[in-house]
Amino acid sequence: MSSRSPRSVLPGFGLSLGFTIAYLSLIVLVPLAAAFIKTSGMTWNEFVDAVASRQVLASYRLSFGISFLAAAVNAFFGLIVAWVLVRYPFPGKRIVDAVVDLPFALPTAVAGIALTAIYARNGWLGFLEPVWGGVVGPDGHVVSNGLVQYLDQLLPGVNWGEWLGLKIAFDRPGIFIALTFIGLPFVVRTLQPVLEELEPEFEEASATLGATRWQTIRKVIFPQLLPALITGFTLSFARALGEYGSVVFIAGNKPLHSEITPLLIMTKLEQFDYRGATAIAVILLVTSFTLLLLINLLQSWTRRHQRA
Amino acid sequence: MKLITTLLAAVALTSAALSKDVELLNVSYDPTRELYVDYNTAFAAYWKAKTGDTVTIKQSHGGSGKQARSVIDGLKADVVTLALAADVDAIYENAKLLPKDWQKRLPDNSAPYTSTIVFLVRKGNPQNIKDWDDLVKKGVSIVTPNPKTSGGARWNYLAAWGYALKKYGSDDKAKEFVAKLYKNVPVLDSGARGATTTFVQRGIGDVAISWENEAYLAVKEFGADKFEIIVPSVSILAEPTLSVVDKVAKKKGTTEVAKAYLEYLYSDEGQEIAARNFYRPRNEQILAKYSANFAKIDLFTIDGVFGGWTNAQKTHFADGGIFDEIYLKK
Repeated sequence: MSSRSPRSVLPGFGLSLGFTIAYLSLIVLVPLAAAFIKTSGMTWNEFVDAVASRQVLASYRLSFGISFLAAAVNAFFGLIVAWVLVRYPFPGKRIVDAVVDLPFALPTAVAGIALTAIYARNGWLGFLEPVWGGVVGPDGHVVSNGLVQYLDQLLPGVNWGEWLGLKIAFDRPGIFIALTFIGLPFVVRTLQPVLEELEPEFEEASATLGATRWQTIRKVIFPQLLPALITGFTLSFARALGEYGSVVFIAGNKPLHSEITPLLIMTKLEQFDYRGATAIAVILLVTSFTLLLLINLLQSWTRRHQRA
Repeated sequence: MKLITTLLAAVALTSAALSKDVELLNVSYDPTRELYVDYNTAFAAYWKAKTGDTVTIKQSHGGSGKQARSVIDGLKADVVTLALAADVDAIYENAKLLPKDWQKRLPDNSAPYTSTIVFLVRKGNPQNIKDWDDLVKKGVSIVTPNPKTSGGARWNYLAAWGYALKKYGSDDKAKEFVAKLYKNVPVLDSGARGATTTFVQRGIGDVAISWENEAYLAVKEFGADKFEIIVPSVSILAEPTLSVVDKVAKKKGTTEVAKAYLEYLYSDEGQEIAARNFYRPRNEQILAKYSANFAKIDLFTIDGVFGGWTNAQKTHFADGGIFDEIYLKK
């Protein structure tokens, strides 16, 4: 035993690392690099024109805003779904468990068309539209109030109709619904294994030491779930940001109001403006990479914080 | 049994040696689906009778701009039959797969059939829409796709512009008119089929601005008891253009059959098929035969009013063009 470098007990490190790098390059890095290379042909002014026009800026706000909101809602409800699926036995549990995966499996265009058909004014859930945005007569006057109009009266000064959208399908709420739909399984599937691994002994110890049930949840269970919850949130957020197929059907796609960033990329492509399209894609990539990195740092911080 | 299979194989082999099997890919846009299903059968029969070769035609449909982009990016199309000349121009400009003067190679600007832009309204026409002016009234809700992504929507936009220009006399007035019209548009779908679906199946809008053939198809498909076609006083002559993609066809050795495929559209049979699928045939006699389907409209051309596609594209639909201004200026 005279080898100078300490050897791992498992063989094949060099081989598998090499394979990993080659595989990642081929599948992920090379296509991404192509986007950067295509963009690098632009002058600075062209680049700014392409990525910072008013229309594009509005789409960033919309895409990041609604993706964040959808991921947050998914984090909350996904936690509940995962909890129920792991902790309680009930009839039909397997089926419910399988249903969670449907958004993974369904082609997004199908999801978009189905959601639009259901939430459009003449769809099954079309009755929700006047409940949400009221009824506006042909002359532009509000005939009957919906939630948005009540919000207007409650908190005047904000143009809630513009912010929240008065319709459900073909407006901002539709985008939110589509993004929530496609993001849910990410949260549930990341939380489930962690929940299954939770040792009941901790909860029992906590109870015997006199903690209330709420304290046990808050101080014993939740901290153990937090890293997985953050991962689930992040995955759901990142997925929502790039989502195109389901959203375009339900969004209404009006410039400055309900036009998501991926749609603008498509619009540029339709006009044969490849560089403009990749420029926006690069901005989207860099921003979401930064966000993901920050969230990862936050996650490792919470892990260390817990151990301390 | 063995003998039969041997015989069959021999027959198959010899017939294969005598006549060729050719395959063509026709890259087209959304609403031509039904037209080319009919036409392909007719052409295959014609070609078989003429040369003995069996030709199979594959179809690809989608938004016209997207289809052009696929060809630019390497989809091996022998022929393109797109919604507007600008998209075929793009194939020349971006990939040089066909010559610059492609449009002069076939009669009638390489458009064997034409169409125009009409209105599709709900049965009984509750908003009493008769002409373009009725579209800009307050409270009328219009379905038309986004002209930046849909070829058909560009025709819609230009038809409205041309009407306003003719009636009110200046570009400023026309812009005002078109801006008012788009204020009444609640959904901008990305393609013509999507817009028809929004109008027909989602119940959105009082009127859909649509290709004439698409409007007829919607009425045929969903019933004359639900929808009506309204023909405006003035509209645009839409010329969906087609071309052989020279470089691809040459490489595949299909130049001859590809050319014949497009030329046969000008024949009596080709024109009949176009007319049956609600495209206006160029052939006057066949047009007259189907005149019940094609109302007389005062049609203007894109060359006459807008100075051709290249100009129209640059002024109206490019980034920062008039369509963007309409939405971005408040």
